[in-house]
Amino acid sequence: MPLVEINNVHKRFGELEVLKGVSLDVEAGEVVVLLGASGSGKTTLLRCINHLETIHDGEIKVAGELVGYTRGKDGKLREEKDAITSAKRARIGMVFQRFNLFAHLTVLENVTEAPVQVLRVPLAEARSRALDLLASVGLKDKAGYYPHELSGGQQQRVAIARALAMEPRLMLFDEPTSALDPELVGEVLETMRRLAASGMTMIVVTHEMSFAREVADRVIMMADGQVIEEGPPAQLFSAPSHPRTKAFLARIL
Amino acid sequence: MVFDSSAFFETLFSSTFLIPALTTLGITFVAMALAIMLGFGGALAALSRYRGLRWLAQGYLGFFRGVPVLVQIVFWYNALPVLTDNAINLPALIAGTIALGLNEGAYMTEIIRSGLISVDPGQREAARALGMTKAKAMRRIVMPQALKVIIPPTGNQFIAMLKTTSLLFAIAVPEIFSTGTNIYSQNFKYFEVLFVVSIWYLALTALLTGLQKLIERRFVIRPRRNTPILAQEHG
Repeated sequence: MPLVEINNVHKRFGELEVLKGVSLDVEAGEVVVLLGASGSGKTTLLRCINHLETIHDGEIKVAGELVGYTRGKDGKLREEKDAITSAKRARIGMVFQRFNLFAHLTVLENVTEAPVQVLRVPLAEARSRALDLLASVGLKDKAGYYPHELSGGQQQRVAIARALAMEPRLMLFDEPTSALDPELVGEVLETMRRLAASGMTMIVVTHEMSFAREVADRVIMMADGQVIEEGPPAQLFSAPSHPRTKAFLARIL
Repeated sequence: MVFDSSAFFETLFSSTFLIPALTTLGITFVAMALAIMLGFGGALAALSRYRGLRWLAQGYLGFFRGVPVLVQIVFWYNALPVLTDNAINLPALIAGTIALGLNEGAYMTEIIRSGLISVDPGQREAARALGMTKAKAMRRIVMPQALKVIIPPTGNQFIAMLKTTSLLFAIAVPEIFSTGTNIYSQNFKYFEVLFVVSIWYLALTALLTGLQKLIERRFVIRPRRNTPILAQEHG
């Protein structure tokens, strides 16, 4: 069974339909990169997976379970209770374009907050695990700092450690390097590379073609709210079949 | 004019104002507590995704901010008993405190709303993505940061409220100012008595200002990072 099953998902913002029947399966351990021009729906799709966005039709399952919905006896999807959705989200890590670290908490507290508050991990245990995670992203010496004292790249690495502290079975990355100065992109990509090598299932929205080429198992090309082409990066980059993929790659490479 | 210093000092050092001063403080704290609770409810309603709740908050704000507080005070004490055929006939102290609290709640709604929207929505989203419920994300992530924006103007409102309680002399609540009016209407020493009344208000304002400083030091000033402590703990 795939870890993520996306089935004919439709999503509208008012009149605008941003997802027009997207289907996609992601296997456990797979690294999938979503590509596409801005407005193609890739970020929205990512945000639907952990129900930060509602969907209007179709379904999304993670580890065999709907996220954010229950299916009623009539076969229709209903919003599920906040507490239940929250518990499912706890196992899905997410890294945002703008880091979104908790500004009032230290780096260490950012990493321990959710394990302690959501999973009820004892503080001492959460702390020692957080320090290990911070060490693994190269930021153990910044544990006592506040987010505003760090560079963008450091903040994003803390954000990755924060998500990993929940021991997620799936990590979602929403343009994790787009808000970074060029010289800071490398350190974040390196962290993600090592995470991929460790076997984490990852769905990554990015414009970093080198990352897609080297790390992705599969690249998904989206346009106008639909998947128009997919395949291993070597194939998709060297011999794209869809004209819009060709145009996109010609622009970006 | 001759300043009657013996009348002044006699009034200043008499215990006449002690109970009224406590009454004034009591009304201030209870009315502000009511206002802060209403303000939280109002702010959450104003930011709700449900249109009905947003309208309710708008209506509350518009009405209570638009009608003079003196009118509201007299309404609660004098008009409500008539309106309800004496079914609701509140003592002046309670009617006055409710009127002040309800009116202030409208201002607190705006202050708390501005505090909540000052927190970057991305942090709330990150909290939700980490598995926090809406309530927990509000309590652990949004509120601690919103408080830094909410506390300073709330201190201001506290001090304004302290002085606004003097309007309750209109419904004969025995607070500082009405106690003063009782005295000068008998001895006609308007200036000396008002001077004493002012000193009492200044003293209470100073007290609240000190309290505000303490609270701000605790919640508003950004805590310094505690690297040394951490280093000790973890080697």
